[in-house]
Amino acid sequence: MTIGVLAFHGDFAEHLDVLKSLSVQCREVRSLADLDKVHRLIIPGGESTVMSRFLDESGLDKEIIKRVVQGSLPIYGTCAGAILLAKKVTGKNAPRSLKLIDMVIDRNAYGTQAQSFQTELKLKGMKKPLPVAFIRAPMITKVGEDVEVLASHNGFPVLVKQGSVLAGTFHPEVRGQDAIHRLFLCI
Amino acid sequence: MLKGGVIMDVVTAKQAKIAERAGACAVMALERVPSDIRAQGGVARMSDPQLIKDIQKVVSIPVMAKVRIGHTAEARILEAMEVDFIDESEVLTVADPFAHVDKHKIKIPFVCGATNLGEALRRINEGAAMIRTKGEAGTGNVVEAVRHLKLIKKEIVDLKSMSPATLKMWATHQRVPIELVQRVKKAQRLPVVTFVAGGIATPADAALLMELGAEGVFVGSGIFKSRDPRRTAEAIVQATVHYKDAKKLMEVSTGLPQPMAGLEIGTLGIRLQERGH
Repeated sequence: MTIGVLAFHGDFAEHLDVLKSLSVQCREVRSLADLDKVHRLIIPGGESTVMSRFLDESGLDKEIIKRVVQGSLPIYGTCAGAILLAKKVTGKNAPRSLKLIDMVIDRNAYGTQAQSFQTELKLKGMKKPLPVAFIRAPMITKVGEDVEVLASHNGFPVLVKQGSVLAGTFHPEVRGQDAIHRLFLCI
Repeated sequence: MLKGGVIMDVVTAKQAKIAERAGACAVMALERVPSDIRAQGGVARMSDPQLIKDIQKVVSIPVMAKVRIGHTAEARILEAMEVDFIDESEVLTVADPFAHVDKHKIKIPFVCGATNLGEALRRINEGAAMIRTKGEAGTGNVVEAVRHLKLIKKEIVDLKSMSPATLKMWATHQRVPIELVQRVKKAQRLPVVTFVAGGIATPADAALLMELGAEGVFVGSGIFKSRDPRRTAEAIVQATVHYKDAKKLMEVSTGLPQPMAGLEIGTLGIRLQERGH
């Protein structure tokens, strides 16, 4: 099994580092040919406007949607990746998303870089709290009935799952945490 | 989360919008682009907060702004404005001949320029969260950015062959803590994200520096001093992402309207890279 990390922009290298530390095969994904070779996909943090543009230009957006609908591509999106998975994006200059999770997400809801913060999250089914970072994070403001909430912070969902699509608004990878990646590998 | 992206200098909200649409991962708000500062002379300062506010209003990507080297009050103003990053920049006139801003005391992350490893580590020790090469801003000449990036990389490799005593001497000479030097020696990279800046004018320039190991690119005068800023901006974004793909580079470079006029380094009256050390 090979895990792909969308590598147009953002912290794809940190995700690859976490995957390598788990001894799973992984590769960067920038084209349809790359996507063909992977069985799961991580969409990293970065600027969602930038990534949305490249997803569209490369034709990866349509192929990703097709494979998710077929059930052959579990996806994990972090931060900007979560924005790109949402059915609806609110906030200034919202990018076009892949609409793979029935949720509404508010882009940059926590504010600028100055409002970025670190915290420990309690995850459903996990004993130890997980140290994570919220960096110019989006906020999940509404989820549909079929969406499972796996973690919340201050009353808002921060890690959600619908079918084989997982979305988190925080970054475990910048603090070298692999718990969410291990969870993703089991979906 | 800026890695692999292009950060563009803008002097108006309209330019910021063009940059965002072209795929910039952040914009740098300033009163004049470096090539105008070079041509017009005078003291270059932090830009009017109103301009920064106007830019913050129209874009959703991070907004950075520049302060003069050592100008803590300008940094405090940008902190109050909650810009996303502060660039303590040699492109502006130096304010403090003795010291840089104590960046630990300001809650906004800083990016600082460097020409070599010692300078990069002094800035990191002062609290910089991101390093960029200084290059030679406003020239459209990439040679100095290449020089600084290669020098930093080479000096990091050189640390490997130093004995503990030599390493300690090097750290003392560079005025940085030995612990920081040991960390860099072990990791074989700077502990912060490392971008390039200064003289990047074409998509091929951006690709060259990414190939040399840059984690992203700042483009100053290169975009809005070119004949077609929108196309130039888009092409540089594409080249930064697809730097390994020569066919893609050929496509985005073909028929691009004239880039900014360039300057030979030897003919320059003022070398901005010599400001701050």
